[in-house]
Formats: sequence, C-alpha cells, structure tokens
Amino acid sequence: MNKVNPDVEYHFKANLAPVSKPTPSGLFLSFLTIGAFTFGGGYAMLPLIQKTIVEKSPWLRQEEFVDVITIAQSSPGPIAVNIAIVTGYKLGGVRGALASVFGAVLPSFVILLIVATFFFGVQDNRFVRGALTGMRPAIVSLMTIAGCNIGRKTVRTKQALVLSLLALFLVIGIKLHPIIVILAGACAGILFNSRLDSHSRNRSPESWGDN
Amino acid sequence: MSIHTCLFLAFFKIGLFSFGGGYAMLPLIEKEIVTNHHWLTLSQFIDVVAISQVTPGPIAINAATFVGYKTAGILGSIVATLGVVTPSLLIVLTLALLFTKYNSLPSVKAAFKGIRPAVVALIAAAIWNIIPSSLELVSSWAIALASYFVIRRLSWNPVITLFAAAALGVIIYS
Repeated sequence: MNKVNPDVEYHFKANLAPVSKPTPSGLFLSFLTIGAFTFGGGYAMLPLIQKTIVEKSPWLRQEEFVDVITIAQSSPGPIAVNIAIVTGYKLGGVRGALASVFGAVLPSFVILLIVATFFFGVQDNRFVRGALTGMRPAIVSLMTIAGCNIGRKTVRTKQALVLSLLALFLVIGIKLHPIIVILAGACAGILFNSRLDSHSRNRSPESWGDN
Repeated sequence: MSIHTCLFLAFFKIGLFSFGGGYAMLPLIEKEIVTNHHWLTLSQFIDVVAISQVTPGPIAINAATFVGYKTAGILGSIVATLGVVTPSLLIVLTLALLFTKYNSLPSVKAAFKGIRPAVVALIAAAIWNIIPSSLELVSSWAIALASYFVIRRLSWNPVITLFAAAALGVIIYS
C-alpha cells in the first residue's frame, strides 16, 4: 500500500467502527466544504478530506481511505477531484460520484468565475500589478519546493535520475510536448522494469510525495 | 472547430495526461493554453497560478474556469471545467471497478517508475519557463529567496507567504 502521511497511519488501527452510508446530497455538501476550504490544491487537500470523510462522518474506514488515495494517485487529473470520484462511487455508486465531484468543483468554479470577471478590468491597476509582480517570484519558489519534494521521493535510483535528465532534455532541449514525454516515460518504465518488477511484486509503489 | 469544442478538447488533454496533481499539472496547462492556443500570455498564466494559490480548489479547475471565461464567457468556463473533469471520471471509475486486479499489475507499476521521473523533469521545465518573466529584477530574486526561506525554514503556510509577497509587491512596484 502506498505511503501516506503519518496521521493516516496513526489512525489506521483506531478506526474500526462500522461505517454509515451517506446520501448523494450528504456527499455533495461534504465535498463542497472540502472544495471551499482547501487552498493550494493537490496534496494540501488531503488532511481536510480525511477529517471530513473518515473522522467527522465515519463513511470510510482508514484502510479504505488509503485505497482511495492510491487510486486517486494512479489516475491522471486533479487529486482532489479523483478522491471525490472514488469516495463518491464507493459510497453512492455513479450518482454518488457525480454528486461528490460536483461539490468538489463548484466552489473553485464560482470563485474563479468571480475573479475572472473582475481580473481583466483591474489587471492594469497599479496596485494589482504590484501585488501580482510580487507574487510571481514567490510562485517560482513554491514550484521549486514542490518539485524538490516530489523529486526527493521519486528520483531515488540511478535509473530514475537518468530518466529524469533525459526527460528534461526532451522537454527543454528539443521542446517535445509534455504528453509525449509522459508516454515515453511510461514506455521506458515498462521496458526497464517489467522483469525486475516480477521479483519484487510485493513491494509497495512509491508515493508521489506530499505536494 | 468551435471555440467551445477547442476548449473542451484542450482541457480534456490536460485532465487525461497530467499525473500527480497540483504543480505537476502546470507544465501541460502552460503548453496547451500559452504555447499552443495563445489563450493567455505567459505573464497572465503566472497570474492565474498565483490566483489559484490564494483561492480554494484544485489548480487545474481554477485554470480551466479562468481560461474558459476569458476565451468564451461563462459557457466557455463550464466547457473547460467539464473537459478537465471528464477523463478523471472515466478513468477513476474504471480503476475503482478494477482496483484489486489493477493494483497488482506489474506493468502498471513499471510504467509509473518511468512516469514519475518524467513528471519531475516536467516541473523543472515549467519552472525554467516562468523564470524569465518572474525574476526580472533584483528585488524579484530577493522575494523568491525570501519566500523559499520562510516556507522551508520557518514553515510558513504558502497562502500566507503569497499574501506577504503580494503586500511587498504593492509597496515596491506600485
């Protein structure tokens, strides 16, 4: 099973109580709350999601939550959206999945719609320009920190390092489309690891990291 | 092809091929909306990332809503958001059905051993791309280093860090 944050493992044994089933509207409201209060997206959303669907409303056992995260991580797309879909599906079938994903997406959608309506009117305002000019360098740092966190958990073997550098060359050096680089990575992974993997089938896959 | 189909397809691609969520999705978003379709300039793209970071919700959804609205109004933002979410719905539901079989498939694990390092490289490339328009001045380097320091060493929350950077920006640049 994937490594998740320590809190998840800590609660693992304690939470064995039977779980209750939510209605689609219950799922919608829970994910609406999650969507409205998690900033930064991705793994920053995990603690609140865990609190809402495992601790506050005992819908999922901790071990099921870990399964949910594993599926969400192995699928493309926003992590929070993926978690909403798996959780909703597990608890309420396709209707549950749709209710959850609608709830998770709605706050972000409404807020950005409001921001976008005003943005193009105020983007040349000197205070707005100043604030955005100040935020840009901070974004570089945030991305560097996120990249280092993921890199530290991911690029651990010589093979991973070589693949990383090769991918870097493909995307910066000859400007290949990121999709091609991802597909090439998948092919290289299968090519180099399929034999190796049959020996270590029981070993857990690495996680993406915290951010 | 109508603008709505175009938006849906571009964001469908983004949803389908970005693994890892969060910042790992940015390289592809940038490629599609800045380089391929010119829906945003590079600076506007960085502004959207900044806005996404101080508003709740997944970055990809924020970007889809913003870009969709800018190019084709409210209908555009709905279409773009549906585009990002649809691949997740299809794939995640399939995986949820097949989970027990899927999890032990060696070729899936092997593929991820190649996908993850590639994603790290894509993030590095995205940083490389935004540096010229983000770090033009000595003062921007100072803000970048200061943000790095307060997050890494003083464990500041990224949202608070960004608000502090915005405040500094208002003082220095306006």
